[in-house]
Amino acid sequence: MTCLRILTLVLALTGLSALTSSYALAQEDPGPLRITIEEGVIEPLPFAVPDFIAENGAAKEYATKIARVVAADLQGTGLFREIPKDAFISAVTSFDSPVQYADWKAINAQALITGAVSVGSGGRLTVKFRVYDVFSGAPLGKGLQFGGTTGSWRRMGHKVADAVYSRITGEGPYFDSRVVFIAESGPKNARKKRLAIMDYDGANVQYLTDDRSLVLAPRFSPTGDRILYTSYESGFPKVYLLDVANVRRRVLDDQPGTMSFAPRFSPNGRTVLLSLSVGGNTDIFSYDLASGQRKRLTSAPSIEIAPSFSPDGSQIVFTSDRSGTSQLYIMPSGGGEPRRISGGKGRYNTPVWSPRGDLIAFTKQSKGSFHIGVMRVDGSEERLLTTSFLDEGPTWSPNGRVIMFTRETAGASGSSALYSVDITGRVLKRVPTNTPASDPAWSPLLK
Amino acid sequence: MRHIHKIILLAAVLGLGACTNAGRFDGAGAGGAGGAGMGAGATADPRSPAYFKETIGDRVLFAVDQSTLSDAARATLTGQARWLLDNPEYTAIIEGHADEQGTREYNLALGARRASAVKEFLVAQGIAGTRLRTVSYGKERPIAICSEESCYAKNRRAVTVITAGAGS
Repeated sequence: MTCLRILTLVLALTGLSALTSSYALAQEDPGPLRITIEEGVIEPLPFAVPDFIAENGAAKEYATKIARVVAADLQGTGLFREIPKDAFISAVTSFDSPVQYADWKAINAQALITGAVSVGSGGRLTVKFRVYDVFSGAPLGKGLQFGGTTGSWRRMGHKVADAVYSRITGEGPYFDSRVVFIAESGPKNARKKRLAIMDYDGANVQYLTDDRSLVLAPRFSPTGDRILYTSYESGFPKVYLLDVANVRRRVLDDQPGTMSFAPRFSPNGRTVLLSLSVGGNTDIFSYDLASGQRKRLTSAPSIEIAPSFSPDGSQIVFTSDRSGTSQLYIMPSGGGEPRRISGGKGRYNTPVWSPRGDLIAFTKQSKGSFHIGVMRVDGSEERLLTTSFLDEGPTWSPNGRVIMFTRETAGASGSSALYSVDITGRVLKRVPTNTPASDPAWSPLLK
Repeated sequence: MRHIHKIILLAAVLGLGACTNAGRFDGAGAGGAGGAGMGAGATADPRSPAYFKETIGDRVLFAVDQSTLSDAARATLTGQARWLLDNPEYTAIIEGHADEQGTREYNLALGARRASAVKEFLVAQGIAGTRLRTVSYGKERPIAICSEESCYAKNRRAVTVITAGAGS
């Protein structure tokens, strides 16, 4: 519930106080256009997105498609509800013509998003948009304009949706982002796996490796231009570093007779944490990318794995089974005495520090089920967001509001898919992928 | 050899048969990248990798989250060690595996522990460490694919895959 309280608070601090709304509790007391979350039940905010205006012939094919991306992004958060086009009374025929607020108010559209698209010479796509607070009868913030190539039309839509989302919720944007994951094929006892990358909503899939070598658990660099992953290319699991732009890769820390896995970048992108198995014992090491210098951070006969930095780079959360079962611990980033933070019954794994710094997401195994959960950095206020036969491997959206993870179904025909859940646990949905998929890692917001 | 057979037989009678014999009838390969392509010699030839795999038993099984060798596992590994001593021209890769009831990364570490437990036992029996390499597949290569304990028990395994060539 604390999380909900925080969210409400954040939403209340959006600086939109000049706007009025008859929405939800604000019925008799005009307040800001905001999304109210009470006891875990969110009343989604109704919005309308008419097709964007095509300002020239070449823009026609993009005008509708971009508006659809905007609508899908907003609707997908669970915080917004789109009003279907057939309910519209007014048509938007020109980007600059005055808005007929009464017509939008009549269909209870709290927010109206209008836009215009033009395609210039050389395939340059320009998208401009405005957001209106219908019930206060005024624009919400200034209109904005984005430019890009026609090939990046989906990104233009995500940028518009990000701006609308941020203005109304007061939260950071996250739609203009990508996800690296493992695309799977083949039967359960002979799975083939490829490294793949896609937009956060499943569009624009590209494969970065073929399926000849087993690949696992990729992670993005803080700037999104490099990917760490584990590959069996050499016959043994080893951490590789891949450059997204040219798909060149190199193995990190190739010590004979060792296995390395569970890598993660430091917030400044210069250091990589990884788990190294030597003689059957797995410990955490840091690896300096420039010098290749390796430093041991844990030395215990137990399993120490899955390290993740705090956003300020000062601490590391990781898994250890030193107590007899897997639990979560935090240590200083240079190593040192760890303190246990997980206290509940069950096994805890794959901790990931949220980009906001306040929460740690994890996989919990308890009573025959798997859960994705969050807890505060001190281990308090644990909340389980999901339950299934097998949920694992959380990754945070760039704004720390949504978690994507792997869900695998049981049995001989069991297969993996990507799911996302927001930190209230209320909005759970499958992320569309063409093939079974696992091990998602969310990129930072694209530039 | 005969002595080991008796142990295996006894174990089977005691209901531990699955531990030493699991690989014998399920027909699949060792489960990892290796295992295939070592068909040199028939099962009847005691110097053949096929004999090692099917008669001596190429795998041992583990309890949930554990890498401790059971008595049945030790019996199998004693047979493996004897075969490796008798056939010094071969090397081996020991694959550690886990069941699906765990996270991917933890299971990789667990598989590494299991493979290493087998290697240490074989080394203690006199096999040169340079002839043995270990690899963990975590839960990536199950041999049995149902989501029940009957399958999980078969998947919590370490498989000794015989490879050609002297140790490097």
